[in-house]
Amino acid sequence: MGAEVRLQTAAVRLGYGDRIVVDGLDLGIEAGSVTTIIGPNGCGKSTLLRALGRLLKPQGGEVLLDGKRIDKIPTREVAKILGVLPQAPTAPEGLTVADLVARGRHPHQTWYRQWSSDDEDAVATALDMTGLADLAERPLDELSGGQRQRAWISMALAQGTDLLLLDEPTTFLDLAHQVEVLELVRHLHREAGRTVVMVLHDLNLAARYADRLVAMRAGKVIAAGSPHEVLTEELLGDVFELDAKVIEDPVAGTPLVVPIRPRSHPAA
Amino acid sequence: MTVFGRSHAISETAVLPLRVGGALSWRIRLRGVAVSVLGLGLLALLMAMNMRIGEIEMTLAEVVAGTFDQASAAHFVIMELRLPRALTGALVGAALALSGAIIQSIARNPLASPEILGVTTGASVTVVAGVVFSGSVYGGTSGLLSTLGIPALALLGGLVGATVVYGLAWRRGLDGYRLVLVGIGVAAVFTNVKFWLLTVGDVNDTGRAMVWITGSLNGRGWEHVVPTALALAVLVPVTLLGTRSLDALRFSDDTVVSLGVRTNLARALLILAAVLLAAVATASAGPIAFVALASPQIALRLVRSGRPPLLCSAIIGAVLTTGADLIARTAFSPLELPVGIVTAVLGAPYLIHLIWRAQKWAQK
Repeated sequence: MGAEVRLQTAAVRLGYGDRIVVDGLDLGIEAGSVTTIIGPNGCGKSTLLRALGRLLKPQGGEVLLDGKRIDKIPTREVAKILGVLPQAPTAPEGLTVADLVARGRHPHQTWYRQWSSDDEDAVATALDMTGLADLAERPLDELSGGQRQRAWISMALAQGTDLLLLDEPTTFLDLAHQVEVLELVRHLHREAGRTVVMVLHDLNLAARYADRLVAMRAGKVIAAGSPHEVLTEELLGDVFELDAKVIEDPVAGTPLVVPIRPRSHPAA
Repeated sequence: MTVFGRSHAISETAVLPLRVGGALSWRIRLRGVAVSVLGLGLLALLMAMNMRIGEIEMTLAEVVAGTFDQASAAHFVIMELRLPRALTGALVGAALALSGAIIQSIARNPLASPEILGVTTGASVTVVAGVVFSGSVYGGTSGLLSTLGIPALALLGGLVGATVVYGLAWRRGLDGYRLVLVGIGVAAVFTNVKFWLLTVGDVNDTGRAMVWITGSLNGRGWEHVVPTALALAVLVPVTLLGTRSLDALRFSDDTVVSLGVRTNLARALLILAAVLLAAVATASAGPIAFVALASPQIALRLVRSGRPPLLCSAIIGAVLTTGADLIARTAFSPLELPVGIVTAVLGAPYLIHLIWRAQKWAQK
């Protein structure tokens, strides 16, 4: 604790047109941490992540990147510090893995410097880190869901940013592929020192792979802290309206949620 | 590095890195170079044929001799009639194709063309209105209207048409799909206004207007070549600078923003360039059909790139228009067809093919 704060929201108000999703939210993301945002559907967690990645402009308050207002920093400079993997991204038809990853170099290029040896090295390293070097020439559409998601993460890596925001990187993946993606995230954090913020639905995986959990409900942060502090039976009731038992994960020692029944259930 | 030493970044074709020191570097797509070189060769051949063939047939030697012998009759035919007409055709074709390549990339839709930006239909309305109303007032072609008036009217109409489409399609940002839908709607309105003007106008006036709205290179001289060439000299480099943004804009908006592209600005500037290119071309030669639609798609297939390649599209547009005008001039000689009829006859089956493919793709 006490590490420098890289990314921060101050009394931020977020929404789409008249529909306000998040109001007056304060959150700080410390350097070198893996922060996972959890919460029920529609609680504003993806909205918050999009605002942290300047994909959504706040209607009030501000988002600070390294102490400066993110909307005052040229977007290209932001792209050299902060990489965002949007939820369920789509690529043009027929694009290969190498094409996709090479696109991550965009913020580092200019019209007269379109393919430097730095670009080439960064792309090759990103492909190696995600174990995709052998699939580099394959079209993205031919890959499995897990491989495709690794390719997108690889693109964010080629961007060479030390902050990574991942919006539900495990959606639509089976459990093995979810673990595969999260192991990659852990590796990036531990070996490459990246600061990661992600949105996850699976509470047990969130507990296992995060240093810090942020639990949201109806646009507010209800609890933030280590998985042990946040994932309690009481909080599951408050945030998810779920009766559950929290036991110790026999593998990782992190909290493991065993659901019993939803609170709104007539049998309760 | 291993991956790129083997087969380089871009999938479909061989790509060579070209580096000058550490500061300058590009990726050269070999197929693109080959298509450009062959296309320019074909263009030169078609231009030479356009110089030779006509009411007075000439050999290539006579063309060369006539070009330099200012006293000869051939000199006038080549330098004042055939060359400016052929050059107008090539420049206009290149401008239309480049405009189409930009719009198809931004709309992510092979059926998009400057027509959906309101440029060609807007120009048609103002030109038909100009011809019809001034004709009935002055009772004939006024010199000013036919030489300066029509291009100026077309330019004005094209820009107004594009502004209407852009204004209606903008909603806190620009979405390619909405742009296409709004564009089709506005084009339908403009087209009907045009038809209404044609029905209320004097028969002789509407006849003249009809030739223009078909797209014609008849009687085009240096006064058409020079402005078109100047416009291209400015707009082509601007457009090529936007190539990288165009590559990024193929992705969904969140990805484009996260790559550090000022999405709306890049899109607006590229569309503005496309509008100006189409407007200038239309001002010179009328709304020549299908060149903007077909050239980028032909270039895309020849180069096998992910989106229409800009420079190759422009070269192919020039080749298509020059070739179509050669047919227009000679097929029913001595009668000269408007070039727009030839491109429409060639282009209609192609459009049907595209729609058929798009449907098949949608059903998959």
